[in-house]
Amino acid sequence: MTGHLEYPEPSTKPHRVLDANGNLVDDQTSIDDDVGFLEEAFKAMLRARRFDERLLKLQRQGAIGTFAPIKGQEAAQVGAASTLRDDDWFVPSFREKAAMLLLGVEMADIFLTAAGWNEGLAGKKGDRRLPETVPVSSQLPIAAGIAYAARLRGEDTVAMVFFGDGATSSGDFHEAMNFASVLKAPVVFVCQNNGWAISTPRSAQTASSTIAQKAHAYGMPSAQVDGNDVLAVRQVVEEAVERARTKGLPSMVEALTYRMEVHTTADDPSRYRDDDEIEAWRARDPITRVETFLRSRSQIDDAMVEVLEEQIQDEIDRAWAATKTRIAELEEQSDEVIFDHIFEDLTPPLKRQRKDFLKTGRGANDG
Amino acid sequence: MAEKKDRAPTMVDAINRALHEAMDSDETIVVIGEDVGTNGGVFRVTAGLKEQFGKDRVIDAPLAESGIIGFSIGMAMNGLKPVAEMQFSGFSYYALAQIENHAARMRWRTRGAHSVPMVIRMPYGAGVRALEHHSESREAFFAHIPGLKIVIPATPARAYALTHAAIRDPDPVIVMEPKAVYRTIREDIDGIEPAEIGVSRTVREGGDLTIVSYGAMLHRALEAAESLAADGIDTDVIDVETISPLDAAPIAASVEKTGRLLIVNEAPPSFGPAGEIAMRVMEESFYSLHCPIRRICGWDIHVPFFAREQAYLPSVDRIVRAARDMITD
Repeated sequence: MTGHLEYPEPSTKPHRVLDANGNLVDDQTSIDDDVGFLEEAFKAMLRARRFDERLLKLQRQGAIGTFAPIKGQEAAQVGAASTLRDDDWFVPSFREKAAMLLLGVEMADIFLTAAGWNEGLAGKKGDRRLPETVPVSSQLPIAAGIAYAARLRGEDTVAMVFFGDGATSSGDFHEAMNFASVLKAPVVFVCQNNGWAISTPRSAQTASSTIAQKAHAYGMPSAQVDGNDVLAVRQVVEEAVERARTKGLPSMVEALTYRMEVHTTADDPSRYRDDDEIEAWRARDPITRVETFLRSRSQIDDAMVEVLEEQIQDEIDRAWAATKTRIAELEEQSDEVIFDHIFEDLTPPLKRQRKDFLKTGRGANDG
Repeated sequence: MAEKKDRAPTMVDAINRALHEAMDSDETIVVIGEDVGTNGGVFRVTAGLKEQFGKDRVIDAPLAESGIIGFSIGMAMNGLKPVAEMQFSGFSYYALAQIENHAARMRWRTRGAHSVPMVIRMPYGAGVRALEHHSESREAFFAHIPGLKIVIPATPARAYALTHAAIRDPDPVIVMEPKAVYRTIREDIDGIEPAEIGVSRTVREGGDLTIVSYGAMLHRALEAAESLAADGIDTDVIDVETISPLDAAPIAASVEKTGRLLIVNEAPPSFGPAGEIAMRVMEESFYSLHCPIRRICGWDIHVPFFAREQAYLPSVDRIVRAARDMITD
């Protein structure tokens, strides 16, 4: 007897509202009510792109350290993060600067962190916009715990956690999905499948047909969405947020997108991927399609875009100037702050070490 | 007296009582781990908690240590106080990444905007004829991580006091519970105050030699001290119940009196707590030493299967011989 083994093929029709040319996929759909959102999203995505470009320039000049550019993933991030309430939790990986900017993280703080200063992550007490997480997937179980605690304390807040396709191979991804589902935690899992985990393509990462289908093994609903279609992402993630908020249950969204830039500034993608692929995705740029749509509706024009570009450049200039001032101030301070915040109160061994530190030289910045 | 001792709590009872009291007085405390709810834990340390506080606060977790710790970190960041159980310390390594990457760093990373007030309990150590992976003493792993506190109680009363202290601490605390003495000692715990984390305790006083130990090995050290006393050798015995941050002051003060230091621990000798304790004494009291510091530890080997586990553990005889050598040399 054979035929017992089966593999149910999952749906592979990602939700899409606007095609790559900025036209409605289904012209029966009306998105008149969403035009306001699209205009805001366009501004947010352009702001994130220009900020990202500035970071790259500063890194190449040696002014800041290694970072992970977001170019190409603006729609996935802005669409998803736009569904959050102020009191919801945002739990990012390390490639979420478009979402961070949308959620009010200051450009100057991002610059400061990228320039190597811990002070860039000094949030407000209990800040629900968490800093970026470097070890891939380790933020996922934390998000599940945050969401469970919210529910236990009687809040209707949700935790939205971001991760990439590579993260879905790791144990913490599966443990977090399982915990959230079994223990009923209001988590929104947002996977930005950008095709590459450094040099490892999606095809070498997992043999499953979609990443979205992995949720089903945990009894969790999921959806694939065109991650370069900001409105489509918002619609799908909104549904997941609603399920989390009203039912206290998790969902997962797989946003299909593409990393147009390097993995980090220490990476050379020419070693592992072709320009043809990048060009093909350039034609599906998340910002261009919204811009085309908004122009077709006469919501924006050349003059408006020009003003917007100037405003953004001005904001970035001011943020970088403020960062440089702040760095100059920090360089004046003693490096003894390196002993701060290890514990609530400095322990006796640390007190002694700090004393030794102060005796034997106050660190590189004091020359 | 004997009757009272029979009724007095074991270490398991003492931790269980501390957990009941803490959960009763603070509703933000949650207990999470494998089999901690319905089953009351494989050692019954959490018995009765689920019945009293409900399944939402006494969470039977899926079998995944990294998930348990990561989930607990999230709960701690959002207003709860998790007490997570690693069923055996030998399985806690799955969670080492969460502990190092987030539990220990979140306060530092966010410059105090977030903290991770959580407790991680784990039974550890050899001597109970267990399976492979159930007998190690890996406190050095955790003690090497900045931002963590590591405590190891040696008796029911100290377990009670340290469990309460760990729960009250604003930072992550790992409580390693020596399962070899989980049920072998009974001790009255009424009126015991929460411990002060970061304090070493002198548990026996004498003038000839200082023995430092903790956990299950403290009892062997005390037995050795008893045997040495019969020969007229009086020992200070100090219980380093907080491994990190280590309080070396009472050890240094004792060595200034005795001039001799013998350290006893169950962990492998190389790069272990004994080495750290020795170094701290060297820094503070080197010129008081009459002879080289010695350590009696496990060996740099995997704990043998249980037929030979006593060959691994520091024996009373080894401790006594080392002490005599130090006195006569």
